[in-house]
Amino acid sequence: MLLIDCPHCGPRDETEFSCGGEAHIARPLAENSITDAEFAEYLFWRDNPKGVFLERWCHDAGCRKWFNAARDTVSHAFLEIYPMGSLPKSDAGKAAYAGSWRRKTASEAAAKPSSVKGGKA
Amino acid sequence: MAESPDRGARRLPGGKPKYSIFSLLRNARSYHQDWQRAWRSPEPKKSYDAIIIGGGGHGLATAYYLAAVHRMTNIAVVEKGWLGGGNTGRNTTIIRSNYMWDESAAIYDHALKLWEGLTQDLNFNLMFSQRGVLTIAHSWHELREMSRRVHAIRLNGIDSDVLNPDQIKKLVPMINIDPSIRYPVMGGFLQRRGGTARHDAVAWGYARAADDLGVDIIQNCEVTGLRRKGNRIEGVETTKGFIKSPKVGCVVAGHCSVLGAMADVRLPIASRPLQALVSEPIKPELDTVIMSNAVHMYISQSDKGEMVLGAGVDKYNSYAQRGSFPVPEHMIAAAVEIFPILSRLRMLRHWGGIVDTCPDASPIISKTDVKGLYFNCGWGTGGFKATPGSGHVFADLIANDQPNKIAAPYALDRFQTGLLIDEHGAAGVAH
Repeated sequence: MLLIDCPHCGPRDETEFSCGGEAHIARPLAENSITDAEFAEYLFWRDNPKGVFLERWCHDAGCRKWFNAARDTVSHAFLEIYPMGSLPKSDAGKAAYAGSWRRKTASEAAAKPSSVKGGKA
Repeated sequence: MAESPDRGARRLPGGKPKYSIFSLLRNARSYHQDWQRAWRSPEPKKSYDAIIIGGGGHGLATAYYLAAVHRMTNIAVVEKGWLGGGNTGRNTTIIRSNYMWDESAAIYDHALKLWEGLTQDLNFNLMFSQRGVLTIAHSWHELREMSRRVHAIRLNGIDSDVLNPDQIKKLVPMINIDPSIRYPVMGGFLQRRGGTARHDAVAWGYARAADDLGVDIIQNCEVTGLRRKGNRIEGVETTKGFIKSPKVGCVVAGHCSVLGAMADVRLPIASRPLQALVSEPIKPELDTVIMSNAVHMYISQSDKGEMVLGAGVDKYNSYAQRGSFPVPEHMIAAAVEIFPILSRLRMLRHWGGIVDTCPDASPIISKTDVKGLYFNCGWGTGGFKATPGSGHVFADLIANDQPNKIAAPYALDRFQTGLLIDEHGAAGVAH
């Protein structure tokens, strides 16, 4: 049983939350110019580390707001909780973000505005 | 030195004495002190023709069929812990093949047909019991959906019958068919060929039969790296040193992403805990396997008399081999109402295993971009039933470097082509 520290409501029982899986998966904007294999990286391929995992949670039965978390998938310890749209600040979180294979994928490169002609989606 | 009690015994193809009533009697004369070891514990050789990573049911079955069917006997199974100590020893031992899609029907019924002769094939009592698997419905919608599925399943030649509550009560006297409970039993569907088997025996039976054919089973040997040369696999780095092999098959369930990362192979897998528990043993009361989609519950009675109950997967990724209490609590709350006698039983043991869940709830049996590296994973919450079929087709893939007709739809490229085998909700139980 986890006690999860909701950034808005404080520590609450895990049954109030749902887990949204891997965080920081950007949707490719240049979706028509990338291959099916590259789009599959975005759609189906998932990071599944043994150790620090960056993931999204939603406080379903409370404030109903989403937030990001860096959690250890072996000890289940929450190492950092940080807002949606931002990157982790703890050393463990930063290392997990930089170390993820997703940073090197074509689908993530295709999610940057510069990947689309004229710089706009 | 005493004469071997197995002199004159009938033998397996590789020379191991067969287990039989006669070998039992012969060994009784030496007070069962001289039974031959079921398998050796060899040190790894420098190289093999193929290496299977993972000494669970699927991995050992793969090794056995590689040796028995494809005559590849210079092979090894590398296991980080002990045989069958992962999900093979942690599941609820349910066997069935009532899946809806054609691709699933093909592989799960292939497995079920192998199960039916497996005790004889392996000369190992798997305690395979075709006691029937009954899936119950708790709403009109679920019942109608179930009828539709039963028709689809029967079109694939797999036995399935819809039962009404009275028929269910007759089959399972301990069930409560009172319509006023939270999860009322409105009907169900039964696969009579389904049932259970002794999970440890499956690992041990395959291990003994594979060892008999010359397969090296290396326990307590963890794979720490996969060595590639360019786009080709060279072998595996282990805690017992480097082992060379042109073919490596990974059959490690929950740890497949960890292993894939060692060779830069990415998978669409999420590793989650799946929990189960047993009650204290009681006298025979339940001779059918019962499952519920809506509750995420399955129950059967083991030959020891324990009620074996399984729950749904936990909702977040984990490698901890333990789950969260609310998950079994939810399942038990419903189970106690559906089977009131359970309320008086005490729980004996409770455990979790890490399952490799796949986006379409179907397995991955596939080559990879690395030549000679194969993956058999993604069985998620329902791998045990498929053990013989999974090993059989995976051995075929490794031996021929191309999938057979049954395995082909399970290739990794289905996540690019979109040809998914979506068994979410289509299978006999929710995944």
